[in-house]
Amino acid sequence: MRVVEKRQLLSAEEIDRTLQRLAHEIVERSGGTKDLALIGVRRRGVPLSERLAKTIHGFANVQVPVGTIDITLYRDDLSTVGAQPIVHSNDIDFPVDGRDLVIVDDVLYTGRTIRAAMNGLFDLGRPKRIRLCVLIDRGHRELPVEASFLGRKVQTSDTEIVEVRLQEIDSEERVMLVDRVD
Amino acid sequence: MLQRLEHLLGTEDLTREQISFILDQASPFQEFQKHPLKKLATLRGKTVALAFFENSTRTRISFATAAARLGADTMNLQAESSSLKKGESLLDTVMTLEAMRPDGIVIRHPSSGAPKFVSERLGIPVVNAGDGTHEHPTQALLDALTIRDRKGRLDGLNVTILGDILHSRVARSNIYLLSRFGSKITLCGPAMWVPREFESLAPNVRRASRIEEAVKDADVIIVLRVQTERIHEPGMAADEYILGYQLTPTRLQLARPDAIVLHPGPMIRGLEIDSTVADGPQSCVLEQVTNGLAIRMALLYHLVGGAAVEPAPATK
Repeated sequence: MRVVEKRQLLSAEEIDRTLQRLAHEIVERSGGTKDLALIGVRRRGVPLSERLAKTIHGFANVQVPVGTIDITLYRDDLSTVGAQPIVHSNDIDFPVDGRDLVIVDDVLYTGRTIRAAMNGLFDLGRPKRIRLCVLIDRGHRELPVEASFLGRKVQTSDTEIVEVRLQEIDSEERVMLVDRVD
Repeated sequence: MLQRLEHLLGTEDLTREQISFILDQASPFQEFQKHPLKKLATLRGKTVALAFFENSTRTRISFATAAARLGADTMNLQAESSSLKKGESLLDTVMTLEAMRPDGIVIRHPSSGAPKFVSERLGIPVVNAGDGTHEHPTQALLDALTIRDRKGRLDGLNVTILGDILHSRVARSNIYLLSRFGSKITLCGPAMWVPREFESLAPNVRRASRIEEAVKDADVIIVLRVQTERIHEPGMAADEYILGYQLTPTRLQLARPDAIVLHPGPMIRGLEIDSTVADGPQSCVLEQVTNGLAIRMALLYHLVGGAAVEPAPATK
């Protein structure tokens, strides 16, 4: 399988501006930062959640707790993906009971990753509320999952892939739409 | 490239990379043991056969709990109630189990090599839970995890193993595993239980006849149980063993100040280990038990969960 780049969806500045807006929206629609905590979905949700927390600290002067969740053990496709994917640790050093959680991920697609993340969170306790923040919504949902905080909605075909490249992981910063060609 | 494991028969066959991979994969499962809700659905619909042809309490419970926490079901075959007593062969027994379509089998057997024999005849992953005087690989892996957690590394440690080395599958599995990381291993116990041949099992293995010499400068001391049920030759008197080989606080002081003490259990206080040492800050015996769950969950997840092909990356 070969992939070709079709077009750029977001530049580095656009990613930054989008995250600034999302950080403000999260605080505004939570009525402040009480009980608020961000949960980054491994991998690219993690730097995004950290950036959102940093931005919130910048304008609200509050350090919102940030955690990381690994969804591997909660995937519903394990028996069909062949050799088992590598498991990583969660890193959530605060109790989730009674918290107002915002799951942060890069791309919302089928909704299955978010279902898995929610299952993982329930195993840790009983949050007061869970909402979802994503950078890109590319459609093609297979579960009734919607983002509460959305960066950009993009029309895609099911052969296309949305590639989010972040400085912390990929040493470059942009979002691209690529297509699979045989 | 990491060679994918199909079975876990012993640590002798494992590469350094495979060992490190298993230990790394146990780490998320260590964290999992602290969850308020200890139940995953990861292996839901999978069945693990636990075939224990030899009595076992802690290892069997550990594997059963590991399988349960991953969401797998277990079928149990135990020595006391097994058809082994009615004269059925090992192969017939495991083929009967296989006909019930488990997705993996965990075997403990009094004969060395039984798990390998079974793995060559069944089409499902086999995990050795202890075979005769051969190997007990999951014990060595959980020991290694405990050592790595406490010491921050596995490389180049001075490890002393005390007791009945000759009949100990734990000792063999530990020697194979730790020597992959360049440990200097010292074996010590009554002469009849520490044969010279053990020095050629792996590089950097030596024997010491006196316990004081054996524990000097040790980073890790693994105390073995005195396995009375395996001893056929005229054994030594208990008081003689205590005098010569019991790990006492005074003897422990000869080791490095930050040395740790491991014991695979069940522990006989006052025989191979003094109670003060067993309950002291250097003792890791209860961590070993918790780590055993993590190691066995990681192994069942990777061995029982997947098919032997490359994983498809999750695309978005």
